[in-house]
Amino acid sequence: MSAATDHRDAKARLTEANRIWAHRARRTRILLLAPALVVVTVFGLFPLTITLIYSVLEPGTYGGVNWVLSGEAYVQFLFERDMFDDTLGFTTSYLQIFGRSIGLAFGATVGALILGFPTAYFIASKPQEQRNLWLFLVTLPFWTNLLIRTYAMLLIIRDEGLINLSLKGIGIIDKPIGILYTDTAVFLGLIYSYLPFMVLPLYASLEKLDFRLVEAAYDLYASRFQVLRRIIIPIAKPGIVAGCILVFIPGLGAYITPELLGGGKKLMIGNMIALQFGSSRNWPFGSAAALILMAFVMVALLFYLRRPCPQEVVDRYNKIWTRLKQ
Amino acid sequence: MRFGTADQAVIALDDVSVTIRENEFFTLLGPSGCGKTTLLRLIAGFELPTSGLILLDGQEIGHLPPYKRPVNTVFQSYALFPHMTVAQNIAFGLAMLGKPTSEIDDTTRRMLAMVRMEKLADRRTDQLSGGQQQRVALARALAPHPKVLLLDEPLSALDFKLRKEMQIELKRLQNETGITFVFVTHDQEEALTMSDRIAVMDTGHILQVDAPMDIYNRPTHRFVADFVGDINILDAEIDQIRDGRGVVRLSSGATATARLSSDTLAPGAVSVAIRPEHVRLCGADDGNRTLAGAISNIVFFGSGTHIHIDLDGGGTVIAQTTQGGGAIGDRVGLILPDDHLQVLMDR
Repeated sequence: MSAATDHRDAKARLTEANRIWAHRARRTRILLLAPALVVVTVFGLFPLTITLIYSVLEPGTYGGVNWVLSGEAYVQFLFERDMFDDTLGFTTSYLQIFGRSIGLAFGATVGALILGFPTAYFIASKPQEQRNLWLFLVTLPFWTNLLIRTYAMLLIIRDEGLINLSLKGIGIIDKPIGILYTDTAVFLGLIYSYLPFMVLPLYASLEKLDFRLVEAAYDLYASRFQVLRRIIIPIAKPGIVAGCILVFIPGLGAYITPELLGGGKKLMIGNMIALQFGSSRNWPFGSAAALILMAFVMVALLFYLRRPCPQEVVDRYNKIWTRLKQ
Repeated sequence: MRFGTADQAVIALDDVSVTIRENEFFTLLGPSGCGKTTLLRLIAGFELPTSGLILLDGQEIGHLPPYKRPVNTVFQSYALFPHMTVAQNIAFGLAMLGKPTSEIDDTTRRMLAMVRMEKLADRRTDQLSGGQQQRVALARALAPHPKVLLLDEPLSALDFKLRKEMQIELKRLQNETGITFVFVTHDQEEALTMSDRIAVMDTGHILQVDAPMDIYNRPTHRFVADFVGDINILDAEIDQIRDGRGVVRLSSGATATARLSSDTLAPGAVSVAIRPEHVRLCGADDGNRTLAGAISNIVFFGSGTHIHIDLDGGGTVIAQTTQGGGAIGDRVGLILPDDHLQVLMDR
C-alpha cells in the first residue's frame, strides 16, 4: 500500500469518526434538553395557546367557551356595547384598572427601592460572616405562605389593628385612620410582599462594590450625596434594574394582596382576570386581559433588557461625563 | 503635623509628632503594622484621631471629612472608578470641586500629557495594564493640585523594572508640580532612592526623621539600623563620655570611640553599630586592629563580597570588600573606624 493511499484512508477514517462524534453530541444535547423542553411545552406553551384560543372565542353562558370565532373580548377591553342599540362607546373602566395596577406596581417598586437600597447597603457593609445572617433575616418571610403574611398585614393595618391602636394610645388620633381597603393598603402590602426581591439583587451588586472606591471619591472632594450618585448607584445599576423588574412584574399581576387588603373594591388586573373566570363567567375576556398584560410586561422588559452595544456604552459614558462637568 | 490616636483595643499611633516641610518628598518607612498607613489615613481623613492635632499650613484639619481637605491620595489598589474612562477618572476631583468645564478640560489634558496617557484617554480603566493604572491614579490625585499628595505603597504591585521606572517618574512629578509628597513604603531601598527625608516607624512610634544619607549612615535606634540596609550590631558598654563621644568597651575587651546617637545616652550597656562597608580588614596581628577572628563564610553578591568573621570573643561581624581575599578559616584582624561606629538607642 502506498503512502498516499494510507493518507487517504486515515483521512476517511477521521471524517467518519468526526461524523459519528458529531451525531452523538447532537443526540446527547437533545436528550439533556428534553426534560426542560417537555416542561416548557406542557406547562408553558400549551396553556398559553389555550389562553390565546379562548381569547378569540365567545363566552359560554355558564362559564367555558362557545366555539365561535369572535374578537369581542379585545373590543370589550376598550369599548362598551350599548345594551339596546348595539353601538360601541369608548370606555375607560378597564383601562383604569390597568392604570391603577401599573401605578401601584410602579409605586411599590419605587417604595421597595427606597427601602431596599439602604437595607442592601447595610448588609453589604457588614463583615462577611454576619452577612449571611442578615440575608437569612431578609428572606425569612418567604418561609411563611404569602396568604398568611397578607392576613398578618391586614391585622396590623385594620381599624382595630396595631397601627391605629398605638396611634390612639399615644393620643395622636382619636378616630382610627382608615388604611384597610384603600390603595394605600395595597401599596403597603405590595412593598411588604416583594421587598426581598428588591434587596437580594441589590445586595448582590453592592456586595461587589469596592469600598475603597467610595474612599477614593471622598478623597476627591465628592460629598456623601455625590458619592452615592456618581459612584455607588452607577456601579449598583445592574442590581437596581434587576430588583425593579423582579418587584414590578409580580406586583403588576398581584392577586392576593389587592384581594385581601384592597377588599375587592380596588381591583388590580389580577383580580379582574380572576373575576372573569369566576362570577363574571367571561373566559374569553379574562384570557384577553391576561394576554394584554403579558404583552405589556414583555414590551416593558424588552425596553429594559435591550443589550447596549459598545457605541451605546460610549454614548452613555459621554452623557455621564457631560453631566459630571455641569 | 501632630498626631496621636488611641483606640480602646489597639494604639496604632502613640505620641507621634512630625513636621513635614512644604515641597518635600517625605517618606514613612517601616514594617507592616508599624502605623505608617494609619498615619497616612489620618492625614487623608479616612480615620479620625482620638487625640492630637493635624495641622496643614497652620490650620487644624484633623476633624474635617476627607472631601474638605486639600489632600489627595494615590491608593495602593489604585481604586480607579471602573465605570468611567481614564479622562473621567482624572477629571473627577475637579468636577466635584465645581471647576468650570474649560478648566477641567485643560487640566485633564495637561495631566494626561504629564503621565503620558493621552492616547488612552477614552479607555475604560479595566483595559489598562498595572503601570498604566498607576499613572492614571497619580494623574487623578494630582489633577486638583492638592497641597499634599499621599501615596500608600503605590509601587508595591508593579514588577521590579517598572517599579524602578516609576520611582524616577514620581520624583520627576514631584519636582514638576512642587507638591508635598508623603510616601508610605516598607521598602527601604525605595525610601532611600526617592525621599528628601525619611521617618522610620516601628509599632506606632516615629524613631528617626532624617535625610536618607543620615538614616543610613547615622541610625539612632537599633531598629532603624537593623531595618535599613545591612549592619553589624555589637554589644558594648560605655565607659565614659568624652567630648560628646562615647568611649566604649566591646565584649572582646577592646575599646573604641563611637558617635553617640543621643545626648541622653549615659555610661552603661549599649549596642554599637557599623556598616559592613566601613569595617576594614587587616592582618590578624596588626597593631591597629580592634577585633580579631576567623573567616567563617564568604558571600559574593555582584558589586562586592561579604566576608563573615566569627569573633574570638563570640559573635559575628560582616565586612564588605570589593575584591575577594582570604579563605574560610583564615584569621583576620578588624578595624572599626571611629567615624563610622555609632552608639544606638535601644528599641
